[in-house]
Amino acid sequence: MNLQHYFQQLSTDYTLLIITLGTGILGGLCGFLGSFAVLKKQSLLGDAISHAALPGICLAFLIAGVKDTHWLLLGALVSGIIGTVWIQGIVSRTYLKQDTALGLILSLFFGFGLLLLTFIQKMDNANQAGLDKYLFGQAATLMAQDVQIMLWVSLISLFAVLLFWKEFKILLFDIEYAKTIGLPTKYIDIFLTSLIVLVIVMGLQTVGVVLMSALILAPAAAARQWTNKLWIMVLLATLFGALSGISGTALSASFSQMPTGPVIVLSASVIVLFSFIFSPKRGILMREIRFRKSRRAIKLNKALSLMYRIASKHENVLVPHGKRMLNDFKGYSNVIFKKLERQGLINYRQNSWSLTEKGFEKASNLYNQLGKDE
Amino acid sequence: MNNAQIEIQLIAALVAAACALPGTFLVLRKMALITDAISHAILPGIVLGFFITHDLNAPLLIVMATLTGVLTVFLVSYTQKTGLVKEDTAIGLIFPALFSIGVIMIALRANDVHLDVDAVLLGEIAFAPFDRLVWLGVDVGPKSMWVVGTVLFISVLLLNFFFKELKLSTFDSGLSASLGFSPVLLHYGLMTLTSVTTVVSFEAVGAILVVAMMIAPAATAYLLTKDLRKMLFLSAFFGVLSAIAGYWLAHFLDASIAGSITTILGMLFLGVYLFSHKKGWIAVWYQQKQQKLEVSLITFLLHIHNHDLASERHIRHLREHINWHDVTANAVLKLAQKNNFISIENGLVSLTDKGLAFTKQAITYIMDNHTEGIESMKQKFFLFRG
Repeated sequence: MNLQHYFQQLSTDYTLLIITLGTGILGGLCGFLGSFAVLKKQSLLGDAISHAALPGICLAFLIAGVKDTHWLLLGALVSGIIGTVWIQGIVSRTYLKQDTALGLILSLFFGFGLLLLTFIQKMDNANQAGLDKYLFGQAATLMAQDVQIMLWVSLISLFAVLLFWKEFKILLFDIEYAKTIGLPTKYIDIFLTSLIVLVIVMGLQTVGVVLMSALILAPAAAARQWTNKLWIMVLLATLFGALSGISGTALSASFSQMPTGPVIVLSASVIVLFSFIFSPKRGILMREIRFRKSRRAIKLNKALSLMYRIASKHENVLVPHGKRMLNDFKGYSNVIFKKLERQGLINYRQNSWSLTEKGFEKASNLYNQLGKDE
Repeated sequence: MNNAQIEIQLIAALVAAACALPGTFLVLRKMALITDAISHAILPGIVLGFFITHDLNAPLLIVMATLTGVLTVFLVSYTQKTGLVKEDTAIGLIFPALFSIGVIMIALRANDVHLDVDAVLLGEIAFAPFDRLVWLGVDVGPKSMWVVGTVLFISVLLLNFFFKELKLSTFDSGLSASLGFSPVLLHYGLMTLTSVTTVVSFEAVGAILVVAMMIAPAATAYLLTKDLRKMLFLSAFFGVLSAIAGYWLAHFLDASIAGSITTILGMLFLGVYLFSHKKGWIAVWYQQKQQKLEVSLITFLLHIHNHDLASERHIRHLREHINWHDVTANAVLKLAQKNNFISIENGLVSLTDKGLAFTKQAITYIMDNHTEGIESMKQKFFLFRG
């Protein structure tokens, strides 16, 4: 199956449509809420939460005895929240830093989850098959029911964010001010984090524990490069997330043996890379171009100011001078003369140069400014 | 115990000790999460090496995976230096991308390569004793035991040589740079060591649990001591202890050894976190409660000192005036009475001589901004603490 084939199939193949819808909604939702996580400087919290959800999934299975998506999600949610609370407890009660706390909870919870998982697998229970799909995720197992849950969560998050838009915004950018005007910052923070935990837990089934955090981070990090406005960033991140979800599914369906989760993450990474390089204001490419331009301008100004110093020693400042001195002793090439002439700052002949009126005026201003600094 | 069991425990203990040493420095340098990044991002290096050598313990594979790890660190710091995103975001962007590349590489060649993502991510130490090292025709033990042992030996050696440089650059990077120890060199040296350790450990405990082996013992030790040498020994000790205890837990439950080791590490951390003598959760909670009550007491004494009017000094009025709950007010009154700071007659509170002396000294300390002096003053006056 190739890409074209995939799009033809989309209208007829119900399963494929569900999976595409699911990953698209999931990606969009991750980008939507991920924007807040990234701006809150909690990028890696998602990583910790997704790993911390594993023991919850296993315990929920042990208690319920059946592999019911709702139960497992609930378990994941509870243990994800416990992990988050514990991280905050470690940071506030001990002098261990945020990174250590995140790494600790991430690995310890995951290890405990692994213990439970292998314990369950050794039990004689036919139901357990497929629990380990939460490790790497399997988009192919998405069902209409899962997509329905995703839709509900999306609606709830959208509603919540619209309702508390200005509270969230002030929490992100000026938490001290938010406290001063009496907002319950603690509760808003908990609410926002719970939403993020919810979406992470939902995505585990599709992209898995390991790669979930990237889906939260990448669209938001990419969107950040294009704008300084929150609502545009959130919108862009949603778009980027949905795009990487859908394109990931399309690519992995088009080539056999391609796992969906990693392909989604790689699609998102490509968007990030593109944004890093080509974003008009912050991008690496534009920055390099601006840097080169200003370096060239400085070089020209240096040449011009040297000419001004030579010229100003003479009665008539516009009199021609030989160019050999500048060429041989100062290392200025003919290219620079030509460039200056093109800008109308000097007259350039075979072996001599002279300042024009415009050039003299510009150079004297330049010279004045330099003199003031010294 | 049969031979294989002893060998597994030995390998687990070696892995634990080898991870604990660089882990200690990573925790102290606030770079704990870089282990998470390295342990995931080495996957493409491992896969590529495995395609070539078909042996997880081959030197070429170890070198390639280590280089991938160092490359990850470089990419993270490059991304961070562009200023486009914060450091933790940079980590979170780089390692999933590299990990995904690794997973896809495995998936594409699944038919002719016997390498499982599960195996890389979760590890299986139980199989380690089957891969033997034969030297001069003699079976000298499992290969991974020798590999991990060598890495541990090298890191102990390096640690001995560069102990004071590492110590200095960890705690005062500015000073160490001005004394001429290149921070970049030390940083990448430590990162290379971390990568090598991760690479040789992942086969035994898996990529994610390497993170636990590096961070958890060090964090636990950090809660117990402030001495770098002690911290190194303690974290190695905790690591080895959990490795052996974890093996037996796994044996008992018939579950994953790596998962059990991590669970023991987690319980150790939880225990220390809750009950550590000075910095544990309960100790800190108790200290904060004590502090709160004692600050309230001083506020209360100052209030009494300021007012001579009988109406201002009545117990009931105090509750309204300072706006405390009854519980707090009672606790403060009781503490003050126990320490002989006040006497209560007909519901009127007045300072005793001792209370007056205490209050006056407290005022001087507060006026002079010598608030740290209050702690020693408390030692002198208090019979009972809050």
